[in-house]
Amino acid sequence: MDYRGFEGVIGLEVHAHLLTESKLFCGCSTKFGAEPNSHTCPTCMGLPGALPVLNKKVVDFAIRLGLALNCTINRRSIFARKNYYYPDLPKGYQISQYEEPICENGYLDIYINEEKKRIRIKRIHMEEDAGKLVHEDTIETSTYSLVDYNRSSVPLLEIVSEPDIRTPEEAVEYLKMLRDCLIYLEICDGNMEEGSFRCDANVSVRKIGDTEFGTRTELKNLNSFKYIEKSLDYEIKRQIELIKKGGEVVQETRLYNVDEGVTYSMRGKEEAHDYRYFPEPDLLPLIIDDKWIEDIRKGLPELPFEKIERFLKEYNLPRYDVEILVSDRSLASYFEDTVMLFPEPKTVSNWIMTELLRELKARNLEAKDAPISPANLAELLTLIKDGTISIKIGKEIFPELCSTGASPKRLVQDKGLIQISDESAIAQTIEQILARFPKEVAEFKAGKDKLLGFFVGQVMKETKGKANPKLLNELLLKRLKA
Amino acid sequence: MKITSETVEYVAHLARLELAREEIDLYTNQLNSILDYMDALNRLDTQGIEPTSHPMPLNCVMRDDDIRESFTVEASTQNAPERIGSFFKVPPIIEVEE
Repeated sequence: MDYRGFEGVIGLEVHAHLLTESKLFCGCSTKFGAEPNSHTCPTCMGLPGALPVLNKKVVDFAIRLGLALNCTINRRSIFARKNYYYPDLPKGYQISQYEEPICENGYLDIYINEEKKRIRIKRIHMEEDAGKLVHEDTIETSTYSLVDYNRSSVPLLEIVSEPDIRTPEEAVEYLKMLRDCLIYLEICDGNMEEGSFRCDANVSVRKIGDTEFGTRTELKNLNSFKYIEKSLDYEIKRQIELIKKGGEVVQETRLYNVDEGVTYSMRGKEEAHDYRYFPEPDLLPLIIDDKWIEDIRKGLPELPFEKIERFLKEYNLPRYDVEILVSDRSLASYFEDTVMLFPEPKTVSNWIMTELLRELKARNLEAKDAPISPANLAELLTLIKDGTISIKIGKEIFPELCSTGASPKRLVQDKGLIQISDESAIAQTIEQILARFPKEVAEFKAGKDKLLGFFVGQVMKETKGKANPKLLNELLLKRLKA
Repeated sequence: MKITSETVEYVAHLARLELAREEIDLYTNQLNSILDYMDALNRLDTQGIEPTSHPMPLNCVMRDDDIRESFTVEASTQNAPERIGSFFKVPPIIEVEE
């Protein structure tokens, strides 16, 4: 991305819905899609006298993520009230963390064109989600709003980066890696459409070389990687144009309009961002001992960025391959399971990235439900390697192997697809073909070299694609040049 | 630190409260006398003392991540002045610019 003398300065705030069974401060279910207001109780409806009791699993998850992102885990943290008046917030305040969050000062490394870039994490804190407002029309034209408190008090982790991100591309890489970490840690499903992984961005621009930050705007509720990249690019360009024309950036909240591809100012909501934070009197300070942290540390899985480094070293694959394989934990396991049986990593990776991913997409399946087992893929690759079938035949039967789950060996036998590697058999077919096309043979001999492909094609057609291509080429050349 | 009537009006607005002129004056006086009283605390030397966020020196009590029974929709919405289906119905949120 080139902004001609300018650069973007981006900080991201991510809200991740946690995979707990119950809410942050009460025992109501967090399950998505239930009948409105059926997952509610006095606590998450903010009824007088109800008191919050902290869900221990949320603390577990926060520590898990904090350790994964190299944060300091604060042995003491406190909850705070963030006060504002809105119908989706039944208590009139959100319980969050403000002055002493649970995790601080971490980092996440991303790679742009093979180059490492470190994005610092300022803080991670726990907070409760608000309820959901539903409108029959659009929010602007509706004469009323409908409120569903099922989401009220569903636990969130907010992950705040330092303004270390310079381009939309870096922002997307950071978000993808963060999302992969959350999924690997099994603390968030990462579903952006359902809002389990939401992002707000603080964006400003400055001349390259400047060290001061410009005035920033906030982009709200970016819910797909594509739109995040587009809206950040638009907003950076908008601010640069504004400054070049002698204007000034106004600090405000802006929304991205997907249809028009522009950001526009969110009117009406700017007034009084005065949250009057104060320590939550209904919750005691949270004290975390070393043992708790060490127990969690011991149970951490291999994280995506660790797996990427291991795959690069162990399998000697290009980073491009590795990032695709590792982006899905099941796909990475699939790869490793296959390589155990067929130890040619690059071949396995190629087949996964082309044939398998295409079949998954066509069948709308996830890697964990792959329609062909690693054992069968390894068997197929072995058949190709030992010359039993050609690569072409292998690719042709791949969809059928996926549909039927059949053993590749058995299918190849049953369908008579075994490659012809018998020299005399191929030579015989070559003679037949050359006899059939005397004109072409003459042209070839007169120097029309590209007719070789024609002859190869004819022999393949005659043998239903079963002739060993390498052998065929050799024999054909020998015969024609004789 | 004195509270002015503007501060009272501002805070009332944040809480979406509509106050009459005499109420604003009343609360301004009351809030000021509370703050005057609190000023007594400022006479203490708190140098080097950690701020108290809670009066009790206990660790936060936690619960396991178990689901407990929720309200029925009938119960959760029974106090709603207006409802549509299982939803609370409330006035529109984004006001037209003033």
